[in-house]
Amino acid sequence: MGNVLVVVEQLNGKTGEITFEMLGKGRELASALGGELHALVIGGQADELGIADKVWVMGDGALAHYTSANHKAALVAAISAISPRVTLIGNTSIGMDLAAGASAATGIPLIAYCNALRVEGGQVVGTSQIYGGKVLAEVAPEDGACIVSVLAGAFPASAGRSDKTPVLETLAPPALDNRVRFVRLIEPEAADVDITKAAVVVSVGRGIQSADNIELADGLADALGGVVGASRPVTDAGWLPKSRQVGKSGLRVKPKLYLALGISGAPEHLEGMKDSGLIIAINQDASAPIFDVAHYGVVGDLFEIVPALTEKIKG
Amino acid sequence: MNIIVIVKHVPDLVEELEIAEDGKDLNRDFLKFVVNEFDDQALEQALLLKEKGGGTITAVALDAPEIDQTLFTCLAKGADKAVKIVGDLEGRVTSHAAAHMLADALKAMSHDLILTGVQSAEDLDGQVGPLLATYLGEPHVSVVTGVEARGQMVVVRQEYAGGVTGEFEVDLPAVLGIQAAPQPPRYAPISRVRATMKEKKLVEIQAAAADGAGLNVRQMVRPQVASHAEMIEGNTDTVVERIVGIMAERGLMNG
Repeated sequence: MGNVLVVVEQLNGKTGEITFEMLGKGRELASALGGELHALVIGGQADELGIADKVWVMGDGALAHYTSANHKAALVAAISAISPRVTLIGNTSIGMDLAAGASAATGIPLIAYCNALRVEGGQVVGTSQIYGGKVLAEVAPEDGACIVSVLAGAFPASAGRSDKTPVLETLAPPALDNRVRFVRLIEPEAADVDITKAAVVVSVGRGIQSADNIELADGLADALGGVVGASRPVTDAGWLPKSRQVGKSGLRVKPKLYLALGISGAPEHLEGMKDSGLIIAINQDASAPIFDVAHYGVVGDLFEIVPALTEKIKG
Repeated sequence: MNIIVIVKHVPDLVEELEIAEDGKDLNRDFLKFVVNEFDDQALEQALLLKEKGGGTITAVALDAPEIDQTLFTCLAKGADKAVKIVGDLEGRVTSHAAAHMLADALKAMSHDLILTGVQSAEDLDGQVGPLLATYLGEPHVSVVTGVEARGQMVVVRQEYAGGVTGEFEVDLPAVLGIQAAPQPPRYAPISRVRATMKEKKLVEIQAAAADGAGLNVRQMVRPQVASHAEMIEGNTDTVVERIVGIMAERGLMNG
């Protein structure tokens, strides 16, 4: 059997883009393996999943709110019942809970941080993006089955949508694991600035070195009529509010101009800005991955270049 | 609360990474290692919990080059005890094997909470936190950005995309994958680390035999990038002139 199972990710009743990215790739893998494409919905709704041959729906109200313990137990039970050759899970916060836990519970190997997948001679071969995007490891399971955690944006979501109606089948949920209990979802506080609406984003990373140096970016952003954004280390350090964070756990931006100052370009950051119109990066490390997505790059000292650039723009 | 913090070393990503001749691992001869940044966040979170509610902190690591220094740094920052798991640990240890060895060692250590970094740069077979939790039969939450002790449970915050956060109650004992502590990790001056090396000793535990991850690494390669930035060279004036030119061409200079 060469069935592919896609674990549907739903938060707040909405199906995440990653689900359609996986469904599109899953369709291709299922054909190559001579199997079917299945989707698994845990405690949610089965709309929009027409590309799948079959949608398994597990659980009801008790599983409606995501919790790591309950949803892991549900996934493990589903994998045992369905025995898929390949199980695809998004490498999101939820996927980070589920993929490795399911691997440990089932003994099925896990290919994590996957950004490419193919079938070669009947075997699934995945590419895992490791070392901050600096190395790609091509790996294959020793035996048949594998679980794969898929990076967001690795595959086109358009290939995962269809108007067809899939076969629905219910799956009995396992005993609840109430050691983790949902309390509430907290929406982000209204921000002073909406960086997703700005035409110009001047973003700073670890290379900015201190909270005091943020004013350099403020000056440049003012001169360009833009706003200041940041990579994770800067907001974690409290130098800028969380509402300024660009990337996987922050916001996705697509300005006309994205200036990356002292940002190395971890995959989580690139996910949030790589579709910007024009990307210019200034960094001291010539091998920084940010230069792989930037249109123009400068290897140099931002503390020299940024003030000079601001002056020049102000005229 | 008795907290175990798991720390590990990862190659310093700022340095050049060279692939080994067999193409299946990094060339580890000249690698510079640093503590996994998320493990540093996990330790900070543990220290904050201890400061608020008392208890003990035990730092645990698998043996690795220069890991002693990191374990002594944990002690210098406020951990009470440091444990090094020794054994056949050459080269890249898979997350599955690491989790098996940690689970074996931690079973014998009484604890309420295990904190570790949410991920590391080399866990191609998955993150250690959820693997370890499953082997121990304890609940687990990843991408945690806040932990509060409340009797026999903790209240944790799990971060999702777009700034949305989930709040959960988690029964103890439990394993948490820490994304970020509420404040930046503290710094231990080297003088204090040296003093700790004289005062305290690391506890050594023999690693249990552990299976691998069930994966064959066929090859490791550097990414072939489809495109690369056009690099602007020259002194500051030349660079600034060129950047302004590029922005002006695209009408981005009008504010």
